[in-house]
Amino acid sequence: MTAVRARSSMLRAVLAGLMLVLSAAQGADAQERPRYGGELVYVVPTEPASYDAHREGTFALIHPLAPVYSTLLRFDPTDRTGTKVVGDIAESWTIAKDGRTYTFKLRRGVKFHDGSDLTSKDVKATYDKIVNPPADVVSFRKGQYTAIEVVEAPDPTTVVFRLKWPAASLTTALASPFNWIYKADILAKDMHWYETHVMGSGAFVFVEHVKGAYWAGKKNPNYWDKGKPYLDSYRALVVKDPNAQVAAVRAERAHVQFRGFTPAERDSIVQALGPKVTVQESPWDCVLLVGMNHEKKPWDDKRARKALTLALDRYQGSQALSKIAVVKSVGGVQVPGTPYATPPAELEKLAGYSHDIAKSRAEARRLLKEAGVPESFSFSLKNRNVPMPYEPMAIWLVDQWRQIGLQARHEFIESTKWEADLRDGNYEVAVDTQCSYAVDPDLDLYKFQSMGISGNNYGRYVDKPLDDLYQKQSRALDAEERRKYVRDFERRLLDEEAHYFYTLQWHRIIPHSAKLRGWTVTPSHFVNNQLDGVWLAE
Amino acid sequence: MAIGRPAEAAAEIPETTQRRPWLAVVGEFCRKRPLGAIGAAVVVVNILVGIGANVIAPYDPLATDYGAMLARPSAAHWLGTDAFGRDVLSRIIYGSRTAMLVGFACAFLGATIGAVIGVTSAYFAGKVDLLVQRVMDIFLAFPLIILALAVVSILGTGIVNVIVAIAIPMIPRAALVSRSSALAIREMPYVDAARAAGFRHRRIILRHMLPNVMAPYLIMLTAYLGQAILAEASLTFLGLGVSEPTPAWGLMLRGAAVQFAEAAPWMAIFPGLAISLAVFAFNLFGDSLRDALDPRLRVQ
Amino acid sequence: MITYIIKRLLLMIPTLLGVAVIIFFLMRIVPGDIVELRFAGESAYAQKENLDKERARLGLDKPIWSQFLTWMGGLVRFDFGTSMWTGAPISEEIRLRFALSLQLAIMATIVAILLAIPLGVIAALRQDTWIDYAVRVISIAGLATPSFWLGIVFILGLLIIFKWLPPMVYTPFWVNPVQNLAQLIWPALAVGYRYSAVATRMTRSAMLEVLREDYIRTARAKGLWEKLILSRHALKNAMLPVLTVIALEFAFLIGGLVVTEQVFNLNGLGMLFVEAVGHRDYTLTQALVMLVAFVFIVVNFLVDLAYAWLDPRIRFR
Repeated sequence: MTAVRARSSMLRAVLAGLMLVLSAAQGADAQERPRYGGELVYVVPTEPASYDAHREGTFALIHPLAPVYSTLLRFDPTDRTGTKVVGDIAESWTIAKDGRTYTFKLRRGVKFHDGSDLTSKDVKATYDKIVNPPADVVSFRKGQYTAIEVVEAPDPTTVVFRLKWPAASLTTALASPFNWIYKADILAKDMHWYETHVMGSGAFVFVEHVKGAYWAGKKNPNYWDKGKPYLDSYRALVVKDPNAQVAAVRAERAHVQFRGFTPAERDSIVQALGPKVTVQESPWDCVLLVGMNHEKKPWDDKRARKALTLALDRYQGSQALSKIAVVKSVGGVQVPGTPYATPPAELEKLAGYSHDIAKSRAEARRLLKEAGVPESFSFSLKNRNVPMPYEPMAIWLVDQWRQIGLQARHEFIESTKWEADLRDGNYEVAVDTQCSYAVDPDLDLYKFQSMGISGNNYGRYVDKPLDDLYQKQSRALDAEERRKYVRDFERRLLDEEAHYFYTLQWHRIIPHSAKLRGWTVTPSHFVNNQLDGVWLAE
Repeated sequence: MAIGRPAEAAAEIPETTQRRPWLAVVGEFCRKRPLGAIGAAVVVVNILVGIGANVIAPYDPLATDYGAMLARPSAAHWLGTDAFGRDVLSRIIYGSRTAMLVGFACAFLGATIGAVIGVTSAYFAGKVDLLVQRVMDIFLAFPLIILALAVVSILGTGIVNVIVAIAIPMIPRAALVSRSSALAIREMPYVDAARAAGFRHRRIILRHMLPNVMAPYLIMLTAYLGQAILAEASLTFLGLGVSEPTPAWGLMLRGAAVQFAEAAPWMAIFPGLAISLAVFAFNLFGDSLRDALDPRLRVQ
Repeated sequence: MITYIIKRLLLMIPTLLGVAVIIFFLMRIVPGDIVELRFAGESAYAQKENLDKERARLGLDKPIWSQFLTWMGGLVRFDFGTSMWTGAPISEEIRLRFALSLQLAIMATIVAILLAIPLGVIAALRQDTWIDYAVRVISIAGLATPSFWLGIVFILGLLIIFKWLPPMVYTPFWVNPVQNLAQLIWPALAVGYRYSAVATRMTRSAMLEVLREDYIRTARAKGLWEKLILSRHALKNAMLPVLTVIALEFAFLIGGLVVTEQVFNLNGLGMLFVEAVGHRDYTLTQALVMLVAFVFIVVNFLVDLAYAWLDPRIRFR
């Protein structure tokens, strides 16, 4: 029995490895001719609160409705890092020398699904709503566009953005998957119309949404990109329970779930379907952070804070936890493999990233003693009650801190209460989270600025040098210069001041039907959901 | 129960049943009702295991072992290990402590407070009874999950708050049952006699009425013990109960246990069995107890 | 009789009122804010002005007594308002899930009755024999097993042994009965088995009580089958507590099957409940609690009515 088990688990490992190799090969395989036809069925885990992406921040809206809309710019669907910006309805663009004027040329022949033309006035109306909404309209990411002074539409195929100061990540901000282009005429009549209605210009036409059950869309025959989309239609089933989602893919009722599955779920799907499934994996631009309340003793002392990060054996944690949870990579402030990621040599130097864990832990104990923290000091660790990966991460954290003589009391609390406690500073140490829609220093570092500047700096600290570094990197148009500022920011945040620290990067695991082609995984589950390049093989 | 003997003086009745030596009573119970005896035995074992966990458990329930994650049952780990390499058997043993604690605390709190409210309400009758009934009705109409959620949200998680969250919905149900038993007794002449004699309310309630609702109270208690353990498991399953890494049976059934149900079934099977066995035993015992205490069901 | 009915109907009102007041204020005591939840968590940048705009839109910035009166006013007109989370009318949100929950409750109750009554009667007829023990063990096992564990075991069993999965999407019975039943039979069995336990025990004790009746014991027909026939009239009255229990359990099945719905992925009222509370969606939670309370109180009322009708002292007053 054991031999069989060992063999079958080895077989599973081999299969999984094969799948990874195959999927890598598929990404490079452009010779395969896409096949037309078929309906893509995928599962979505939750429902959004409204249909207006400008006011929502959840993938629950993106997954089912992104295929119906276009954006000005988007991230290249074939780029695995999800950072390369290309045009969607923008054909090309130029940037002025001083970086304060962006001129976009729009494609011709783009139409809304009601037949009307999409022109620059629609883009302008959309961005006016995003950048400067009226008093009763919510623009969720308004804070990202403070650099924009005005949006102009000099002629039907030209849009000009004038900035107050140079912004290195403006194209990333404009490629946000949430910036769906809305129709100017509709917005003029009713700014709230898009919260409860759908009118897009994307590769698919919206058919219906049965609440709690499914979303459906069908092929747009007048899509500007002639020859696309390949699919006839798509259907997004609402399946809330994770086991049911796995079962759906496993029983071949659905082709894919676009957010991510756990290692165990991947293994069970691979074991059941074998060659009929392809697994794509990628580090994820989501991470669990540990926040310490700088207003509570002893966490006002950076030695105590640093001790907490030194205690973590991240490399062993990565090995162990990646088997049971959706975490894996050890990284700094940017997802490994992306343009501004930390080079390994530099990473090693940051507190808590050394390969010599014994030395780190001895240092941690020494720092605790210096800071006057007694042995077996007990403190509360507030955690959000979401099973994956919050729970296993907390178990690991508590265990790691035990190794330096600290007793963390894990409090697994409801999301709303956790949110409230963090916001009110009603905690000592807490698990915090960060997910960005794209890997970009502006997006990923915003949170860590001082309290008062960053709305979700729950550490409750003020650090002017850190804020300055953020400003500098945000306006640095030269990539090398920007890189330097990002590294400085990282060092100050994670090592010198230890305001917050990163645990392990989440890991995105997408096992999908082998019939699904033309889709590449990226670190962001918000990106690459327009499905225009996706096709189904026989 | 006293229903068949109205002529007896009030004070006599509880004493009469206490005269038989308890060992003989227990012995008869075991002989006549083997199922109940088995149930009681399992309960006792559970309690002993919970108390003596430090001695019995082979490993520290919090000790992780990243080299032996998800290991199958073997000589080193009789029931295997979980996703963090923690010994399942040790966690079940320590979990017994949490389960017994929660079970008994909730059952006692719920049943006792409910009984007192129910009997008092029945005794005073009239407007007091009506008011108490309304209030109990209101709480009964609330789904258990809402009350539990509200308590947990206000007070936070943790074992004390879980106990409160589970005991509160039990109170109105216990009050209802106690009240109907007490109502039957309230009409008895000896109670009227006691009132006419000028006995104080408290004395009448405590000495004459409560002992006669002993039987339904005990039955309720055993039923609630089982329900409390199940309720705790459900609450924890939803993420509202005690938190990791506390060893608790309900906790062991969520998260990784479900994830790895196929690859490592021992993680879900054994805690599930532990819960089922404990609740089963309590219910078996309670069932037989009800049979024993209800004279109408005695086999002639 | 009429006075009794009127009195009971009038008594329903303060109970409902009490539930309304308690749930309204309870939700507002519990910490947490729907607006913050909406705008936090993933994909940051939640700014205070956005939060305030949302609060104003949902009417959360008004004083509490004003919110209460608005809600009560709507309630009296049977207007539950709109969900704070989705903005859709609550009647619509509930309507979408009501059919499923109702059907599941009915099916589970039928399963419970089909299990409880025959088993209880047999156990009573053969009291203290191994059949009696077996029935008691089976029914108590139903009470003892955690429902979510049972659900997981069911689904795993279906998947591994039969390589089959129940349908994912709910189809109403009149649209496609086969698919509908294929989805709901499994949770109905799991839930019905649990709820049969109490009813089995009560049936057994009711039957035993009837069998004690002198005229049954001394009847010259000694066979058990004959005894059963003789007792059927007395049985009808004795079954009243059993039906009471079943009716009350039915009331709880609407909206109470939170864990079962989660495990079987059913889009029912239980899931809606947990989501609504988790989101701090005040209007939806309040409406759901009122609905469940109303069902419970009405069922209670009907049961009391049945008892009163059978009690000649009340019937002919």
